[in-house]
Amino acid sequence: MLEVRDIRKIYNPGDVTEICVFDGFSLAVPDGEFLSIVGSNGSGKTSLLNLICGSIRQDGGTILVGGEPVDRQKDYVRARRIGRVYQNPALGTCPQMTILENLSLAEGKGRPFGLSFGVRRGRIEYYRDLLRDLGLGLEDKLSVKVGSLSGGQRQALALLMATMTPIDFLILDEHTAALDPHTAETIMLLTDRLVREKRLTAMMVTHNLRYAVEYGSRLIMLDKGRVVFDCAGEEKKALKTEDVLGLFNRISVECGN
Amino acid sequence: MLDVLVSALTQGLIYAILCYGLLISYKILDFPDLTVDGSFPLGAAVTAVLITNGVHPLLTLPIAMLAGALAGLATGLIHVCLKVRDLLAGIITMTALFSIDLKIAGSNLPIPRGTDTVFTAPFLDRLFGPVSLSLKKLILSCVIALAFKFLLDLYFKTKSGMLLRATGDNSVLVTSLAQSEGKMKILGLVLSNSLVALCGAVVCQEQRSFSSTMGTGQMVLGLASVIIGLTVFKKLSFVKLTTAALVGSILYKLCIQAAILAGLDPSLLKLITAILFLAILAVGSLERRKGGKARA
Repeated sequence: MLEVRDIRKIYNPGDVTEICVFDGFSLAVPDGEFLSIVGSNGSGKTSLLNLICGSIRQDGGTILVGGEPVDRQKDYVRARRIGRVYQNPALGTCPQMTILENLSLAEGKGRPFGLSFGVRRGRIEYYRDLLRDLGLGLEDKLSVKVGSLSGGQRQALALLMATMTPIDFLILDEHTAALDPHTAETIMLLTDRLVREKRLTAMMVTHNLRYAVEYGSRLIMLDKGRVVFDCAGEEKKALKTEDVLGLFNRISVECGN
Repeated sequence: MLDVLVSALTQGLIYAILCYGLLISYKILDFPDLTVDGSFPLGAAVTAVLITNGVHPLLTLPIAMLAGALAGLATGLIHVCLKVRDLLAGIITMTALFSIDLKIAGSNLPIPRGTDTVFTAPFLDRLFGPVSLSLKKLILSCVIALAFKFLLDLYFKTKSGMLLRATGDNSVLVTSLAQSEGKMKILGLVLSNSLVALCGAVVCQEQRSFSSTMGTGQMVLGLASVIIGLTVFKKLSFVKLTTAALVGSILYKLCIQAAILAGLDPSLLKLITAILFLAILAVGSLERRKGGKARA
């Protein structure tokens, strides 16, 4: 269970560029939920993810994971229980290192990185199976540097690496936005499969309304730091992309976007 | 002629240790670390004072490394904890070290005749037998340069070493792996500056003197060597970074020696190094613009 309680966040306080993103924002995400978050630019979607991950600090309110406040934890401490995939496929992998080295790093997440041998040779077969499941032909490229892979391949690898160790939350920050439509679809299917198989709690920010409607168990729409639409369960299953698009357009017109 | 070649080779091998240090800070961590200009003479100052006070020359080397490690730690803490920009953090430590070096060893400290250095210590005679001093210097510097190359190669394959490489490659991933990026940067600077100080110590013992200005330009010199090495082996992906640094260092010293033989005024050395370095950087960035090299 993730709870965001009464969050306040102001960028550049006291400056002419001061922007209040959240003022008393609350959200609860129960375990096992796959939450899609949509909203116009500047509505606070990415800020919300950054606050949860600890990349930025809130000015008020509290964030609880499993009932425990995590406000005092640094971003890398919170990362033990969070897997995050970014819009930019380059952020989830090390370009100068091989696939094998990247996977070895990912599997050591959260544990001390000492002076034992870094590449896990004994795990090669396991890694190969994981890569084969991606269906991208990466299983024969373990010694290839990740920098030479395509954006889609890198994003698939990033997704795999983010979910390799047991995590409480998977945070997806527009993770298909930089990919071509076909590759984006592949990555979405892979995401859905990983979330189901590993029974992950996931939060996905996306601008693709169809993905937000088709995938996940709950959908919320943010506008000016407030939840303006929230639907789950049977209601979510009956939801159509056009309905969300209509609502989205109405709200965007109201705020002049 | 052979003497000159041996001497240039020896210099190249000794300065390879400095290049390993810069390889870690500049190439692996992507941190332009000017601490180098201060930690290099720091190592020399420490070793000079210890040797003249009768400490075994071999023992002074790890102590010099420790001093360099502290210098790296200082820069790391200034950068990570106080959030001072990388370049400025290095400059602050470098400036402070100048006074510290003066306090440790004064502005000049020759190692007196009759005092043994690692190159004249009796244990070398037992190991190598009766060979000339310049050959002893060549063999010993080769042993040191190769030993540290293999140690570093080994380290880069450990979990810690891989995470260090990842820190320069993609610091966001390091945070995602639930590791502190700041700690890794500090670790890298500590390693790098301990190597630089070791190089300073060996140079001091080789030339039998410390001077407070011996650090000036060492960072640029080391970087120029590292980049020469990396450029030479650009097309060969299987060549290790440490090998590139070692070869780059030797090539650089050979070039400089050749230039001096051809009649270059030695007082122009640092100017030439700076111009050479600028030329390498300019060519590199032009190539990147032309080729649109994808490196994200």
